[in-house]
Amino acid sequence: MMKKRIAVLTAGTIMAASLLFTGCGGGGSSDKEDSAGAELLNVSYDPTREFYAKYNEMFKEHWKEESGEDITVTQSHGGSGSQARSVIEGNEADVVTLALAHDVTAIEEAGLIESGWLDEFEQDSAPYTSTIVFLVRKGNEKGIKDWDDLVKDGVEVITPNPKTSGGACWNFLAAWAYQQEQDGNDEEATKEFMKKLYENVLVLDSGARGATNTFVENGQGDVLIAWENEAYLSMEEYPDEYEIVTPSVSILAQPSVAVVDSNAEEHGTQDASRAYLEYLYSDEAQRLAGENHYRPSKEEILQEFSDQFDLDMNLVTIDDFGGWDEAFETYFNDGAIFDEIYAQ
Amino acid sequence: MEQQIVKVKNKKGVRVIPGFGLSMGVTLAMLGCLVLIPLASIFLSASQLSWGEFVEVVTSRQVVSGYVVSLSCAFFAALINAVFGIVLAWVLVRYDFSGKRLMDGLIELPFALPTAVAGIALTYLYSDQGWIGSIFDKVGIKIAYTRIGITIAMVFVGIPFVVRAVQPVLEKLDRQYEEAALMLGANKLYTFFRVILPELFPALLAGFGLAFARGIGEYGSVVFIAGNIPYKTQIAPLLIMTKLEQYKYADATAIALVLLLISFLLMFLINSIQIYMQRFSKA
Repeated sequence: MMKKRIAVLTAGTIMAASLLFTGCGGGGSSDKEDSAGAELLNVSYDPTREFYAKYNEMFKEHWKEESGEDITVTQSHGGSGSQARSVIEGNEADVVTLALAHDVTAIEEAGLIESGWLDEFEQDSAPYTSTIVFLVRKGNEKGIKDWDDLVKDGVEVITPNPKTSGGACWNFLAAWAYQQEQDGNDEEATKEFMKKLYENVLVLDSGARGATNTFVENGQGDVLIAWENEAYLSMEEYPDEYEIVTPSVSILAQPSVAVVDSNAEEHGTQDASRAYLEYLYSDEAQRLAGENHYRPSKEEILQEFSDQFDLDMNLVTIDDFGGWDEAFETYFNDGAIFDEIYAQ
Repeated sequence: MEQQIVKVKNKKGVRVIPGFGLSMGVTLAMLGCLVLIPLASIFLSASQLSWGEFVEVVTSRQVVSGYVVSLSCAFFAALINAVFGIVLAWVLVRYDFSGKRLMDGLIELPFALPTAVAGIALTYLYSDQGWIGSIFDKVGIKIAYTRIGITIAMVFVGIPFVVRAVQPVLEKLDRQYEEAALMLGANKLYTFFRVILPELFPALLAGFGLAFARGIGEYGSVVFIAGNIPYKTQIAPLLIMTKLEQYKYADATAIALVLLLISFLLMFLINSIQIYMQRFSKA
């Protein structure tokens, strides 16, 4: 009697467990089978959605001409950090095109990307760049021209949290670079400036798109510290409501691209993945980046867009901060300068 | 109820209701795969930290203030839900009016709506530029991007718990009690507080506990309406996300573990009060 009961109990357990797992497994794999030719998954970050939607069409034709094969590119977007994490945790990306090199390095450290990826493509594997600018409401009532206007009393600033948003790290570093120049590299004085700046921050959103929403849709704040390309997108959508202000000093934001070697190897898509990223440097792709408000990294193409972008800005780079590892160590890790600013 | 369960075995020790083995097996598998194993992995992941590191992570000032924000807002939200949950349940059970069924269905909407959508909509309405927020702004009350905003988001996600817990009890409540109380000279207020409320209390407490626990863990809707300013409007689940963004999985699970323990203790406490009350009311 007892034995039989245990047998039934075990059977029930196994049945339910197998139902659960086959249920999950079946759902995940079904959408992959019916497409012809090779397939690439590009895991990217938020504001590149519009650019890659057009670029993928362009690459499809290019690849057909080059190799005679059909190819489908699927794109995925989200916060740069969480996208990197999803790849580490098993999202089968063939290529990643993320907001900052630090996130690609995290995938490298997980063993999915071979070291040396930064030199695999031209210009530090950054085919397009951007910078940090201010988006203000039409008329610029508070008279915001440069970083020191942001710490004035009564100015409300919107910027995301650098601890959850890759883009916000660029914002922080750009402000830091400006004030270092003003203070003659006096770190304490710069910290004081940053403290005042973040005291004026009304909402510290967790991501760049969230901050844009807070500023644009919910009407919060006087100034949004934003990626140049995001600022242009908001301008396109509401041309009569906003103005872009370019500060005297900013940072050259270099979104990084890389082939996720171990995934590409497994899918047999190494060649296509490499070609996908290499083609980003072609004249037509560079022009497309410019049309989508990214700064083309090829100098001649960048000059074609000189009426759109302020090319006279003084741009520092992440190397001025000793690279991302050092920047995180100094500014963004737990207990580092950003935490210090908030701990009174 | 209890006596029925004791008597399901006959003299030979065989259960009268068949299917125990099968249904218990299914239950164990479901609980195991969906609840116990994931929970165990939280403990396992947090155990990568030494005791000293664990304590340092969960007692850092930012994390403690995150707990305070989450707990206090969730508590007030659950309290508000308890009061208005009773009113809602009362209206739905005791009165007949057109649109009652629709209203009954609306109560569950917060379950179905993705919380992020709710958060964005609430922020839009309650910011100082929004419809409702602008009215409050005139009298100097800011709702969105303050703890009031966080509480409102938690009220939104928690309201179905209280209503759905109280409703069936209220439906089954024998009206003769009220009639008797009135006949014996009690006024309406006295009848409500001394006759009806004690009957509802265990269910109300259960609903309160569920709404409270839901509020503590709520992330999706709150991040949009909270200003996320450290030490002011940063909730504990956001700090967990912050740790994850920094690839500090063990730290994140350590914070989650403490949150889990607090929730568990609260539920335990609430259940204990409930059991105590039931015994008390029988005696």
